[in-house]
Amino acid sequence: MTDFWILLTGSLVAACCSILGCFLVLRRMSLIGDAISHSVLPGIVIAFMVSGSRDSIVMLLGASVLGLVTVFLIQLFQQSGVQADASIGVVFTALFAAGVVLVSLNLRNVDLDLDCVLYGEIAHVHWNTWTLHGADMGPKAVWMLGFTLLVIVLVIGLFFKQFKLCAFDPMLAAAVGIPVALFHYLLMGLVSMATVSSFESVGAILVVGMLIIPASAAYLLTDRLGRMILISVAIGIASTVLGYFAAVVLDASIAGCMVCAAALLFVLAFVFSPTHGLLARRLWRRLHSRSV
Amino acid sequence: MPSSTKLTKQPPLAIRGLSVAYQKKPVLRDVSFEIGDGELVGVIGPNGAGKSTLIKAALGLIPKLTGEVAVYGKPCAEQRKLIGYVPQRESVDWDFPTNALDVVMMGRYGRLGWFRRPGAKEKAIALECLAKVGMADYANRQISQLSGGQQQRVFLARALAQDASLYVMDEPFAGVDAATEKAIINLLQELKREGKTVMVVHHDLATVKEYFDSVLLLNVEVQAYGKTEDAFTQENLQRTYGGRFAFLNRHAESADTAAAAEGRG
Repeated sequence: MTDFWILLTGSLVAACCSILGCFLVLRRMSLIGDAISHSVLPGIVIAFMVSGSRDSIVMLLGASVLGLVTVFLIQLFQQSGVQADASIGVVFTALFAAGVVLVSLNLRNVDLDLDCVLYGEIAHVHWNTWTLHGADMGPKAVWMLGFTLLVIVLVIGLFFKQFKLCAFDPMLAAAVGIPVALFHYLLMGLVSMATVSSFESVGAILVVGMLIIPASAAYLLTDRLGRMILISVAIGIASTVLGYFAAVVLDASIAGCMVCAAALLFVLAFVFSPTHGLLARRLWRRLHSRSV
Repeated sequence: MPSSTKLTKQPPLAIRGLSVAYQKKPVLRDVSFEIGDGELVGVIGPNGAGKSTLIKAALGLIPKLTGEVAVYGKPCAEQRKLIGYVPQRESVDWDFPTNALDVVMMGRYGRLGWFRRPGAKEKAIALECLAKVGMADYANRQISQLSGGQQQRVFLARALAQDASLYVMDEPFAGVDAATEKAIINLLQELKREGKTVMVVHHDLATVKEYFDSVLLLNVEVQAYGKTEDAFTQENLQRTYGGRFAFLNRHAESADTAAAAEGRG
């Protein structure tokens, strides 16, 4: 049963992240996920200070708000003339540091372990279960991630055309009356939500990896956005399964192995993709040069 | 006295006192002009004169400091469906995973509302628009595999799919091949025949007289505006382009003599 819960949790994280990752990669914002996963820390701490509970929903709320604040600040700096990468770096490191200070000031005697907030361990997922009317409903993380995935699928499914146009040509989107800023923040809100509900259970490295790597691999394998999302999810889940069994065999970090597996699949796509792959391009060039 | 039809019909685009600045640096200063119904208007001026900014501010895509923009007498936010927009080709990522038909269908998104998905009707319209720019055979081609001119024609087809009354185009002729230039010209003429109004940012001075009814010479401020034969004069160009114009002029003349020499030889 442990295997099952870990694989299910990992697959849910992979699915949430790889759907959103496609839009981040296409908008050249891959590192936003990394930034959000760090800068939500003060949100978690403040939510804890205000509510006094470690209830996941409160934490999720606090973190999501901070996620949006992060995106807003990054945008603000960029519009005021700071380089894009620098403004991302400034905002997330500053917020993360503020979070660390808050933790050290307020929570010395309280059970809010940094490790446990930011670097959750997927192997422990099945211990933290949700009981409803005395019945064991399975791990909390699975419910939380399942809910997140549902929200993501619903929102992206309903507004697919808006997200697509905002990613491809925001100027036209604005010109035809689509509220570009709203959809930008909606996407960032979803990223914050996915980030937070994932890393509490599986750790930040898995989240960041799954946001970027499967989507980047899928980008190399297809020429249609819809298919790119499906392939991205498939790659994400495949790397979860592959990584888990590799971790069992090697007796190594599960999250680490999952991201390594994703990276391996990316390299395979990079070399062997029939359209954008290294081999295909080289072959095409050789054929072409011969025919000329 | 204007006739009664003129009184009821609002101009497609009327701009009054428009100023725009990027970080305190003025890009447009007190720009006012009005485009008549069914006109083909060229906007010309040197690099950095604010031509693209004018278009974006007119469509409400960037904030303006002061000024009013009216599209058929109302703010442009209320008239989105009447405006077709062709952004600069370089403004988007042509490696985006999509094909030509799909890009053209995006022109219909504004009319679909919040939840409706593009369907068979949108596809039929998009195919028709692709055919109008001579790109019907490329409908399923991945957009990165199209040449620059073909990409520009896909953008034009997308604007056609918007089925607008006022078309605003940002440098559609930039870096295109002869076939595409011809296709664009035919398209502009056809839009004019249909009674549509078109405003085009243009950079090639040699073709202005041939293509446009009216011309707006812009360099931060409006330098001249009027019927092409009245406004497109040496003197106005000199004022718009400053010292650079002498060079441009000489360049054009030497190109003419070279062409003539070639013709003789």
